[in-house]
Amino acid sequence: MIRYFKVAIFLACLGPLAYLLWGFFGPTPFDRTAWGAGLGANPIEKITHTTGDWTLWFLLITLAITPARKLLRMPSLIKFRRMLGLFAFFYGCLHFLTYVWLDKFFDLHEMLTDIAKRKFITIGLTALLLMLPLAITSTSGWIRRLGGKRWQALHRLIYFAAIAGVIHYLWLVKADIRKPVQDAVVLGILLVFRIVLWAMASWKKRPQLATVTARPTALER
Amino acid sequence: MLIKKADDIRSSEITSESLYLNRRKFLAAAGLAGAAVAGGKTLLDLAGGKAAYAAETIPNLQKSGLSTSEKVTPPQTVTHYNNYYEFSTEKEEPAQLAQNFKTRPWTVTVDGEVKKKLKWDIDTILKFAAPEERIYRHRCVEGWSIVVPWVGFSLSELIKRAEPLGKAQYVEFTTVYAPMEMPGQRRDVLEWPYVEGLRMDEAMHPLALLCFGMFGQTLPNQDGAPLRMVVPWKYGFKSAKAIVRIRFSKNQPVNTWYRSAPFEYGFYANVNPNVDHPRWSQKTERRLGEFSKRPTLMFNGYDQVASLYSGMDLKKNF
Repeated sequence: MIRYFKVAIFLACLGPLAYLLWGFFGPTPFDRTAWGAGLGANPIEKITHTTGDWTLWFLLITLAITPARKLLRMPSLIKFRRMLGLFAFFYGCLHFLTYVWLDKFFDLHEMLTDIAKRKFITIGLTALLLMLPLAITSTSGWIRRLGGKRWQALHRLIYFAAIAGVIHYLWLVKADIRKPVQDAVVLGILLVFRIVLWAMASWKKRPQLATVTARPTALER
Repeated sequence: MLIKKADDIRSSEITSESLYLNRRKFLAAAGLAGAAVAGGKTLLDLAGGKAAYAAETIPNLQKSGLSTSEKVTPPQTVTHYNNYYEFSTEKEEPAQLAQNFKTRPWTVTVDGEVKKKLKWDIDTILKFAAPEERIYRHRCVEGWSIVVPWVGFSLSELIKRAEPLGKAQYVEFTTVYAPMEMPGQRRDVLEWPYVEGLRMDEAMHPLALLCFGMFGQTLPNQDGAPLRMVVPWKYGFKSAKAIVRIRFSKNQPVNTWYRSAPFEYGFYANVNPNVDHPRWSQKTERRLGEFSKRPTLMFNGYDQVASLYSGMDLKKNF
């Protein structure tokens, strides 16, 4: 059963890419002779925005798995988390490739200037680099090699990748911050959920220790 | 006869603005859907610009020596990729959202440092001079550009008739404030109404175009109808749209984008490949419809304006 769900979700995750490809080759009211005209007047801008949006959204979906498992009591959702996380990385790579190829045309000098001078580029690249070790160590082999605890600690980097991604978006918009703020609010809720869980867990541990030490033993009496 | 005083209408009977707006939205949607069914039109037709505005052909267009011979950008692109925040911050949306924008009746107030405050009807203004077709390069501060066959005449034709006083050093343009028709104005993304300005010598330069048409027809609403500025050597945001007020002043106007982000958008905003926007390079631009980027030219290639800025540090006065 899970297997079929996995295939279905995998195909659904390819949706944004299919949308771009369909737009690229599909019918259009715009000048058909122009490159990628099906994606509108400025196809490269459309590709950049679509891949960027979906990178961030896949990060948020991945981060929503744990809360969803607990709140819906559906522990089996964990089986989809790796795939969703890898799709975040996949769209992040497409987003980066769009920048390197279609925006900068592999001009290394220009890109290095950008990374040094423009903080939204710097933090965007940071977000992608934070995702890189997570993508590499996403296999079962790496979980075994690192050990569950260390693997889990490493994969907490996703919090920072998502935060960097939202800041990247906030810093690049001109005046209308509505969309990045929406993403920031969702991320905020997902992070607060974890803080609450963590606080509750440490609260549970505390009183047990207190009762043990407070009660005098029979010998003392 | 009993004449009711205003007090007789209880405040509870007055439709609240939000309700009124919602009703308008509903009626507009219902109307649109109804029209689509009646006309057998597809959604694509509605989204497309075919019936977007009642375009009228402007007769007796004069050719202009100021026109470029570069390839003109297709009308579909020019009318469906608009930075017009009064309607929306999404560039694809003004084409639809501006359809019900009313451009008649329309008056333009001329005030400030002028001999006499004036109020001109739009149709009076359009007769000030013979309409010319001016094919200009248009460069957006965001890094894209288009080539547009605008229709209009030099702003100087209007300024002469406005009779500004010797004290007038600047011209300020104000866009209409009409939040009922301009949904973008119901959000405070920028401070409304939109204000732009030029120094007097810039405004008097023959290239500065008072524009009311494109592609040989009246302006589509989403492109700034019924009256807009086109200042081709400056970034697009300097060219105010849907102008209702032209004020002459001694002091430099505070333009809207400068007010919003003074470190990113200056008063002059001349196209300049050597001065980057703080967040992106201005060295190159993408001409819509082209794959590769092309180098951005100083003053957008309009070198004849260079003398206006001799002795000025354009890095400081960006």
